[in-house]
Amino acid sequence: MSVQIPYIDEPHPVTGVTNAKLGVWLFLASEVMLFGALFSALITLRLGVNDWPHGYDILNVPLATLNTVVLIFSSVTVVMAWASLKMQNLSRFRTYMVLTILCSFIFLAVKAVEYGHKFEHGISPATSNFYAIYFVITGLHGLHIIGGIIVNAYLLGPGSRMWKTQPERFTGRIECAGLYWHFVDLVWIFLFPILYLL
Amino acid sequence: MTHAEHTHSGHHEMPFWRKYIFSIDHKVIGLQYGITATFFLLFGFFLMILMRWQLAYPGVEIPFIGKALTETGALTPDLYNALGAMHGTIMIFLGVVPMAVGAFGNYLVPLQVGAQDMAFPKLNMMSYWVYFVGGVVMMSSFLMPGGAAASGWTSYPPLSVTANNAQTVWLLAMVFLITSSLLGSINTIVTAVQLRAKGLSFMRWPVHVWAQVATAFLLLLAFPPLEGAAVLQLVDRVFGSSFFLPSGLYIDGAKASVAGGGNPLLWQHLFWFLAHPEVYVLILPAVGVISEIISTNSRKPIYGYKTMVYSILFLGFMSFVVWAHHMFMTGMGVTLSSFFQATTMIISIPSVIILTTLLLTLWGASIRFTVPMLFALAFLPMFAIGGLTGLPLGLTASDIHLHDTYYVIGHFHYVVAPGTLFALMGGVYFWYPKITGRQMNQFLGKLHFWLSFVAINFVFMPMFLMGSKGVSRRLYDQTGYSHGAATQSWNVIMSTAAFVLLLAQIPFLYNMFTSWKWGKKVENDNPWEATTLEWAASSPPPHENFPTPVEVYREPYSYSPTSRKVRPQFSQQEA
Amino acid sequence: MASGHMSVEEVKKHTRIYWVIFSSLLLLTGVTVGISYIHLPFTYAVILALVVASTKASLVALYFMHLISEKAVIYFTLALTAFFFVFLIIIPWFIPWDFATH
Repeated sequence: MSVQIPYIDEPHPVTGVTNAKLGVWLFLASEVMLFGALFSALITLRLGVNDWPHGYDILNVPLATLNTVVLIFSSVTVVMAWASLKMQNLSRFRTYMVLTILCSFIFLAVKAVEYGHKFEHGISPATSNFYAIYFVITGLHGLHIIGGIIVNAYLLGPGSRMWKTQPERFTGRIECAGLYWHFVDLVWIFLFPILYLL
Repeated sequence: MTHAEHTHSGHHEMPFWRKYIFSIDHKVIGLQYGITATFFLLFGFFLMILMRWQLAYPGVEIPFIGKALTETGALTPDLYNALGAMHGTIMIFLGVVPMAVGAFGNYLVPLQVGAQDMAFPKLNMMSYWVYFVGGVVMMSSFLMPGGAAASGWTSYPPLSVTANNAQTVWLLAMVFLITSSLLGSINTIVTAVQLRAKGLSFMRWPVHVWAQVATAFLLLLAFPPLEGAAVLQLVDRVFGSSFFLPSGLYIDGAKASVAGGGNPLLWQHLFWFLAHPEVYVLILPAVGVISEIISTNSRKPIYGYKTMVYSILFLGFMSFVVWAHHMFMTGMGVTLSSFFQATTMIISIPSVIILTTLLLTLWGASIRFTVPMLFALAFLPMFAIGGLTGLPLGLTASDIHLHDTYYVIGHFHYVVAPGTLFALMGGVYFWYPKITGRQMNQFLGKLHFWLSFVAINFVFMPMFLMGSKGVSRRLYDQTGYSHGAATQSWNVIMSTAAFVLLLAQIPFLYNMFTSWKWGKKVENDNPWEATTLEWAASSPPPHENFPTPVEVYREPYSYSPTSRKVRPQFSQQEA
Repeated sequence: MASGHMSVEEVKKHTRIYWVIFSSLLLLTGVTVGISYIHLPFTYAVILALVVASTKASLVALYFMHLISEKAVIYFTLALTAFFFVFLIIIPWFIPWDFATH
């Protein structure tokens, strides 16, 4: 291809960022608004009724706490994966990336257990508005986790071939994937107290 | 670029499906958007022709095709509702936005900033195909048992939540369309900001680029809340939750069996949080297109370029904080109404400034009355009528009378139809030589313009009168009411004019297709003597747009004040 | 500088910070869970929970996402987003409910 797009691996001299980084931040901005709308819905529903249940009464706080720790840990591992590349250490990058993906699967497994408990008791979004918003927000968050797994697995597997040819660009990709992953963590940091602890 | 000599023959012959179907070239994708959107615009228009027949001749069989649609040959009330909902949805989400943002933004933004392609070409391709799938899903709603989605383009609950299954399809399609817009807007912003040619500082951007970037920010930040709301409504419909269904809901006199506890106003807030910025998504690219056409054809710089740019940015910003003026009648309270009434009055200021700068550009100009310029000149008063008739709707007192009448329909159609669509049609005439290397036929263009211009005013002007008389916008047959019967004769005029408007598009479409092959060849790459970067590329531009990088030497719209000679951004000479 | 060229020593310094942040996040998670067991009055519980969550979120954003040393174009985007986000969040307080109970 003769088309050459500049600022893929080096930052733009004026803006100081690469295309991908600006792109991923714009994407995260839209994600903020998406989850913002859902939080707005949650607050609306909650303000509208007197008998809104306490999350700690009907949801599993220990499991959610475990998941919080798992996600926070995965956030560190993904940023460490990026730092390892910065230190030219591909094998350490691999270790951290594997850890990240492992954490994502643990998170999903715990989530599945939680959902399973609810379904066993015949609880669904139709049960009450609390459960409705609980399932929608955690479900959408879960989809984001799955998306993250796909991206991270690609970058760990076939995507990592780029390290040999364009190390700068590959490091940039890991940083962007990391930004997304931190955002998923960030959403959970708010979800956890709002749904489970109040 | 080091291998400039390879670029012309370098990428060999790509197979047809890579070059024209799953292309990653922003120009091909822009055309794909344009062609698809044209189809949807015509289809949406056609739905309206069916409805206008019913409005003019209630209960009378539709000629030729009526029997194929219904048993009696006349529209049923249910079908009328469905057509109304689908007309709005198709025109806005599948027609005008993809045309203004997808087609014009995609084709022109990279060229106008001197880039070789969009920043993320594959994402660009994906955004088109996601849009395409969304369009197909939306169309499939017509095939659902019970007919297409019929809850209006606004899909207000509880009606939409309890409607038939076509509504589920509508919501799924919206999720696709929103996703497509998000991908596209990220691409536009990154391209415009990062891929600027050497010397192209922000204040040298053509107004069209500013408009597209502002639009992209609106799409980026306003669309996700609707995506969230669509997901909530989907869950309401599919899993039986009650986000938007209140307790104690009665349908057809019987208590509905819903969990309740939800609030239908939540949907309205989230919907209008998108849908008001959406209005500016429709109008800003048009302003950009019009600025290019007016400046070029009046041989003058935009009067107050910076004022124009700041107005566009302020307009985009304010468009986020006026949404609830669509909800004055919901009983949301005086505090909120007053706030949104005030912001609505404020937002009219930048709109008027934009219009004024365009008007003042004409002052003392040596105007060339080309076909695109005719459309641009028509845009100014049409947009003014559309905008100014919005003020009474933005004030709570007068809105009580006008809300949900034909006055509203007249108002926003003046903004979008003879406003945005005229701008985009002008844009097609204006950039056609760039896209094909050939001019469109001027006579057919003028025929198209004058017929459309006269007809469209006969369609929408009576709506203001009818609305002032209190005729509701959603009536299937207004003759049952005395005030409706009194104004029924206007419906015949409007419907006839709508049909003439449809016919007036025939010379346009004919012109567009035949000129591709047989149009007059342009003698150089800058036939209009315009100033912006897209005219530095050859016509049609090669895959990489600019085989040698372009450089920018001055602000756009530079013409010699005495000789009116053009001083393009890409030319070093002072002319 | 997050995306610029950093020396190995600089990166190492960063990685030490990451682990410090990690332990702070763990600590704050413990705090927020602990508070929930006290069953404070609702208003206080909400305020405390949100303060802790915002602190955690800021730590993640500033250090893991490198916002502490980001470029103006990113700040601009996020400031715009934050502004409109606030509007989204205050919507609920303006939604009347009385029509539902009448």
